Amino acid sequence: MSATQSGSAAGTGIGASVLRKEDRRFLIGKGRYTDDINVAGQTHAVFVRSPHAHATINSIKTDAARAAPGVVAVLTGTDLAGDGIGPLICGVTVTSDDGQPHRAAVHPALAQGKVNYVGDHVAIVIAETYAQARDSAELVEVDYGILPAVTSTAHATDAGQQQIHDVAPNNMCFNWPFGDKAAVEATFAKAHKVSSLDLVNNRMVTNPMEPRAALGEYNTGTEEITLHVTTQNPHVHRLVLSAFNQLAPEHKLRVVGPDVGGGFGAKIFIYAEELVVGWACRKVQRPVKWTADRTEAFLSDAHGRDHVSKAEMAMDKDGNFLALRVMTNANLGAYLSTFATMVPSYLYAFLLAGQYRTPLIYSEVKAVYTNTSPVDASRGAGRPEATYLLERLVDVCAADMNMDPAEIRRKNFIPKDAFPYQTPVVQCYDSGDYEEALDKALILADYKGFPARAQAAKARGKRRGIGLSSYVEACGIAPSAAVGQLGGGVGLWESAQVRFNPTGNVQVFTGTHSHGQGHETTFAQLINELLGVPIENVEVIHGDTAKTQFGMGTYGSRSLAVGGVAIAKACEKLIAKGKKIAAHALEAAEGDIEFANGNFSVAGTDKAMNIAAVAFNAYVPHSYPAGLEPGFDENAFFDPLNFSFPAGTHVCEVEVDLDTGEVEIVKYSAVDDFGRLVNPMIVEGQVHGGIVHGIGQALLEGCRYDSEGQLLTASFMDYAMPRADNVPSFDVDYAPTVPIHNPLGVKGCGEAGAIGAPPAVINAIANALGIKHIDMPATPENVWRAAHAQQRPGQKAA
Amino acid sequence: MEMNVEHRIAASREQVWAALNDVATLRAAIPGCDELEATSPTSFKAAITTKVGPVKAKFKFDVTLTDIDAPNSYIIVAEGQGGAAGFANGSAAVSLRADGNDTILAYHAKANVGGKLAQLGGRLIDGTAKKLADEFFGKFSELAANPTLLERVADPADAQTAAAKAGSDAKLPTWLWALSGGCAAVLVYLLLT
Repeated sequence: MSATQSGSAAGTGIGASVLRKEDRRFLIGKGRYTDDINVAGQTHAVFVRSPHAHATINSIKTDAARAAPGVVAVLTGTDLAGDGIGPLICGVTVTSDDGQPHRAAVHPALAQGKVNYVGDHVAIVIAETYAQARDSAELVEVDYGILPAVTSTAHATDAGQQQIHDVAPNNMCFNWPFGDKAAVEATFAKAHKVSSLDLVNNRMVTNPMEPRAALGEYNTGTEEITLHVTTQNPHVHRLVLSAFNQLAPEHKLRVVGPDVGGGFGAKIFIYAEELVVGWACRKVQRPVKWTADRTEAFLSDAHGRDHVSKAEMAMDKDGNFLALRVMTNANLGAYLSTFATMVPSYLYAFLLAGQYRTPLIYSEVKAVYTNTSPVDASRGAGRPEATYLLERLVDVCAADMNMDPAEIRRKNFIPKDAFPYQTPVVQCYDSGDYEEALDKALILADYKGFPARAQAAKARGKRRGIGLSSYVEACGIAPSAAVGQLGGGVGLWESAQVRFNPTGNVQVFTGTHSHGQGHETTFAQLINELLGVPIENVEVIHGDTAKTQFGMGTYGSRSLAVGGVAIAKACEKLIAKGKKIAAHALEAAEGDIEFANGNFSVAGTDKAMNIAAVAFNAYVPHSYPAGLEPGFDENAFFDPLNFSFPAGTHVCEVEVDLDTGEVEIVKYSAVDDFGRLVNPMIVEGQVHGGIVHGIGQALLEGCRYDSEGQLLTASFMDYAMPRADNVPSFDVDYAPTVPIHNPLGVKGCGEAGAIGAPPAVINAIANALGIKHIDMPATPENVWRAAHAQQRPGQKAA
Repeated sequence: MEMNVEHRIAASREQVWAALNDVATLRAAIPGCDELEATSPTSFKAAITTKVGPVKAKFKFDVTLTDIDAPNSYIIVAEGQGGAAGFANGSAAVSLRADGNDTILAYHAKANVGGKLAQLGGRLIDGTAKKLADEFFGKFSELAANPTLLERVADPADAQTAAAKAGSDAKLPTWLWALSGGCAAVLVYLLLT
């Protein structure tokens, strides 16, 4: 592919740290988010939500609310069902150990006689102003019959627990064993050493900066609904809302994801509010807008993680990993969110090999219902859970075998000449050099100098620790055939349209969606590299089903690895067509035309024609090849051949104050393999953001429900997000390999930091304290307790 | 959530008893109390406006008294609805005993809160409950020791109304005694825990 040419326009092609084109509008306050959009006749919606975690609804009285000033409508689940609007769906089927599909509980967009978590949607109140809608929502009287709540991930399936859904006995959604259990058990029986660890992957609230919002408009003339919504994948929204929820036929529904202020997974899903707003705008024949407040976001956004696991590794006498056994309870919340079942299964168990040669792996995942907010993908989705479990366990293995954590990793790494490497858990890694990344990371982190630094810290009354995490993840989601085999309901290809205008500038229509990733810059750099068009002459258009061809959106670090390749393929088609046009104009044979740096030239001559001139000829075809279609505008779809497998080693160094339990991250080094970097500045930003996300999970963030199912962390006062003073300046480097399945040679980078960081941080803290394990978040209180629990009575903390 | 509290009131048990039998005193002493009304000899309704951190709301309580052993002890069960602010349910065992010239009021309360109160106020509830309980006992002790102060802070008409509703103008019935002994503080506590 011509992408291997470089420097076609100095400093703005592949490999250039070009400043982000989109930032101008954000920096001058001209971003246009869903809540910024206001239309004539707009009404405002507020949702009445359940204050109870589990209750029957005996009655809903709406008379007083309807009579309140400014109220346009008060609608409940009865109205929704009456209009034939279907329940929310989960798009991926997992087969349980009894051979049956996972137990899918009906997920109504407005409650039908029962609520199953605090924040569950009971009614929508629509009024002329937001204040009126809010006031009137307080007048909706709901008579609840309170039921006991189930909140424990570990104990949701225990005998005697309250039953949440009739279709799911013992609150079990699925029990999914994977791997050769008998072989693993036989290996454990004869192992030299078995290391084991019980651990919790703490529940997180994803918390994009912009809360979710939706604005529905119904055009009575065209009978079309336009839904502006905070989405990472507008076409998927349209498809699901049409095909499964019967909101409107696909051609009568336009979904627009305008500027979106961060997603991190939480805006992939098709939520109740979006469906209800889309339905209500037609019902009341007025535009309806809803914007979540922050506590609503905490209550009703899909949460992430929430696993309770036991992990065991069997080793031989030299510390070689022989078999891994993992038992996990995964909390899916009260209902299945759009991709909930996939996260603790295919995106988790298939990553349990990590960077290691472990020949036998058996896992058993029990996915459970609880009376909590639905849980779904959040930055990394399954891979952070797998990586945290494995990389924590490997440190326990190292301690049990009295080996250096770096050396036990090195000993078990898949060697670089073994790629492509078929793991025992489905994934076939296409490229990697794990030892190089480890070596580079150890140098970057000055691993050898650590003992001296630890001594110096001790002299100051502090405890220093160092921790490694060697992760691999599968992103660039995903080959459609593989998705289908796994029970997924979609194909995960991506599309692009690259359109030259007659004046020579370019519009790129991508099916991916940018909500912070910088696509408008990165994709322009691709065009610059491939077609030689200056980036200022390139506009990237995304997020509107009325503008772009179909697309699957942005998640799973797929936009460049899948969407970027679709753009490159469209460029190839343009070049092929351009050669015909140029050959005609330059009076040469098509086979003699070469393309480089934006110019079509006749080989061995100085006769050349710029691509802009070719585009003009294509739109003004006065002298044009016979039989060739006019126009210079190509579409392409790309279905990846494999996942992309970014990998790397992160090293975290902490200093712990034993008196306060405060953990300071004093140094953090990351060496990642993302293949070829298109914009290193943007990649580094993604690495930084991902690491901060991971540090947040490791040190600060923890979503807590009480035993009654009340959410106790529903604001930023009680849920601690990482801030600048929680993180050091990062040392970032790369150890790239060439992914053989990706035509551009790129891998994804958006989630790697959030995957790699948590075990590096916790390994460092465990190392500092000399303890086997501490669960996340390692808050000062938890660290202090862990440090002091270690002491014998009468022993004083140093 | 649970709370065990003993409070010493610098008044004789008779003085406390008299003060606690007086709706006007209680209304004056309960922070944010808007209404207090009997609905039967062993139940009443109360409306209290309060603020926990960012959550301010008017709570309507339905209160039922059980296991009444006048003038020693009873159990109070309360269900409170705060509209959009959430709910508070719970119960408390309350007792009174004399100690020299003072009276010791003790209660053991258990409560659940839900909705915004739990979501936003959870961290602040214990502190706010203590502050409001202190406010209540401070004012109540003052009024119990010096009933004439009440005329300045309460509307006598309300007290008469409450007394009339209770079916007595001199000796107040059991339910009103039950309101005493920190019942008001328990309400405040239930509201906040």
